Amino acid sequence: MSVTLLIEQLLNGVQLGTMLFLMASGLTLIFGVMGLINLAHGSFYMVGAYATAAVTASTGSFLIGLGAGITAAALVGALVELLVIRRLYHRPHLDQVLATFALILIFSEGTRWIFGSSPLWLSPPSWLTGFVTLPGGTRYPLYRLMLIGVGVSISIALYLLISRTRLGMRIRAGESDREMIGALGVNIARLYTVVFALGAALAGLAGALVGALQSVQVGMGEPVLILAFVVIVIGGIGSIKGALFGALLVGVVDTLGRVYLPIFFRAFMPPSEATGTGAALAAMLIYILMAVILAFKPKGLFSAHD
Amino acid sequence: MKNMTRLGLGLLLSSSVAMAQAENVKIGMITTLSGGGSHLGVDVRDGFMLAMEQSGQDEVEVLIQDDANRPDLARSLANEFMQRDDVDILTGIIWSNLAMAVVPSVTRQGTFYLSPNAGPSDLAGRMCHENYFNVAYQNDNLHGAMGAYMREEGYERPIIMAPNYPAGTDALAGFKHLYEGDVVDELYTQMGQTDYAAEIAQIRASDADSLFFFLPGGMGISFMKQWESSGVDIPIFGAAFSFDEILIKAVGSAAIGARNTSLWAYDLDNETNHRFVDSFREAYGRTPTLYAAQGFDTANLILSALEVAHPDDQDAFREALRAADFDSVRGEFRFGPNHHPIQDIYVREVVEGDDGQPTNRLLGIAIEDIQDVYFEQCQM
Repeated sequence: MSVTLLIEQLLNGVQLGTMLFLMASGLTLIFGVMGLINLAHGSFYMVGAYATAAVTASTGSFLIGLGAGITAAALVGALVELLVIRRLYHRPHLDQVLATFALILIFSEGTRWIFGSSPLWLSPPSWLTGFVTLPGGTRYPLYRLMLIGVGVSISIALYLLISRTRLGMRIRAGESDREMIGALGVNIARLYTVVFALGAALAGLAGALVGALQSVQVGMGEPVLILAFVVIVIGGIGSIKGALFGALLVGVVDTLGRVYLPIFFRAFMPPSEATGTGAALAAMLIYILMAVILAFKPKGLFSAHD
Repeated sequence: MKNMTRLGLGLLLSSSVAMAQAENVKIGMITTLSGGGSHLGVDVRDGFMLAMEQSGQDEVEVLIQDDANRPDLARSLANEFMQRDDVDILTGIIWSNLAMAVVPSVTRQGTFYLSPNAGPSDLAGRMCHENYFNVAYQNDNLHGAMGAYMREEGYERPIIMAPNYPAGTDALAGFKHLYEGDVVDELYTQMGQTDYAAEIAQIRASDADSLFFFLPGGMGISFMKQWESSGVDIPIFGAAFSFDEILIKAVGSAAIGARNTSLWAYDLDNETNHRFVDSFREAYGRTPTLYAAQGFDTANLILSALEVAHPDDQDAFREALRAADFDSVRGEFRFGPNHHPIQDIYVREVVEGDDGQPTNRLLGIAIEDIQDVYFEQCQM
């Protein structure tokens, strides 16, 4: 249990957190501005990964693929908003959950229909493979460092977008009073489409970046979606700042729990039992964290609607 | 001309005699054709149907349904098959948890079940049944074989890793049973986990000389890709479930050099296998996986038994299945007393193929005539 291992694991936690933030920020924006629970957000993650894998395979350039992935996710997001989501804003949450769950099934089977059931190949470009030696002798994969960098840049860009631009002003206004900004003459339908596409693009970016590290396959978005929901519930639904803190918290707690809980249990249990117990408890850890936070802060850490 | 007609008639007659047992036989196949990991079900189905086509058999009807990897759906499909369609034989299930949900009630109701993949320990041991046959493997086989192989190859400090669910803990137990030595550490991951940075850091920090892991499906792809960029440099070993022809293409160069145990390899040298691999490639345009081979063998076993008896004559049909009188793509094939295979397990290495894509190459036999350890608990 050396210091270098701890540093490496902290970096891993932050990296997981930044990728979760890309998912959670879109999810929380859509909920905050439109009051919509979007289960299909994981599908945009998958669309981004598949489009990136397909275009990277045909052009040979990861960057072009990445661009295509983000664009595809944004376009699919806008299209879904225009065709389906638009009809759900005034429906109760249960209808929204039902309809967006149907979208998950349609996207999953549609993807399988187009690309087949085998996972696709997508890897980081050669100039991002390998590892760097950090001060203190920790070796860390270059690609993961880049992910942290991208996550941080996106967070700053989102902050600037929301606090400094006209679009951001409208998003903030939409969060606090939906009807009033419509009455003030803002084209609310277009605002909704733009926010939805933006959220989808962020999910697509996360899917493409993480897909290169993991596997690009049907259903890849759903496990991340569950984590993203945990993040926004912890952070306070509708709050971008909450999503950022929640994502980093979940990322770090999950990673450190997986490593150190089994070691912790070994102090007073036989090794084989300790490993099993530790792993089982680590799997529950973020949900326990969520329960504890909600017990003290029922609206999450940074609630947008006080 | 007249002679020709007579010859034709004679052929027709003799073939109809041979196939008389197969009249009105219905086989229900429940397998995973959609959702994550569906390439396993697709390959079992394609291998199975290839054997059916090659037999020229048109008296046997095969009904296929997708269980979407859901135990509840698999259960209701099995009931539908048995009650509405009145099938004689069920087959097709990929996952052990689905098999546990379906197989006991199927065999109890007097329908035959032949497993083309899943081999949970309970069905080999205390819950075995005379109408249940496993044509693939008992779940421990491949892991145990790798344990034996690594011991023989002189690896002394392996670290082992699997997801924290029944098949995962079974896999590590199976490995340790035949490795017969101490392992450096056991890591349990979460089911469906996609990020392995934490585990890789732990492996790096240990002083292991080798890694054995069981991460089926997409989990294996994620792990291998992250492993490649981690800079950890110890050899890796696993069971074929993480290294089938489809998965290693998705993993890419990261899979090169990994050794894995399998009950079958596409470059296994026997006549039946050459014909199978060639015709599969021709029919579907891809190299078959072990799942396709298992589906192919399952169909041929059924066909061989149908030549002897109709499934309605349960005792005779069961005896015919038990005899396993068919040409397996694995070479030799026979059943143990609990209707699970006793077979050789092979070692393959992932190498760069002629087209630059990774592919498996047969290295040799890991362990001969392996039999599961549960057969003693089985009372039929």
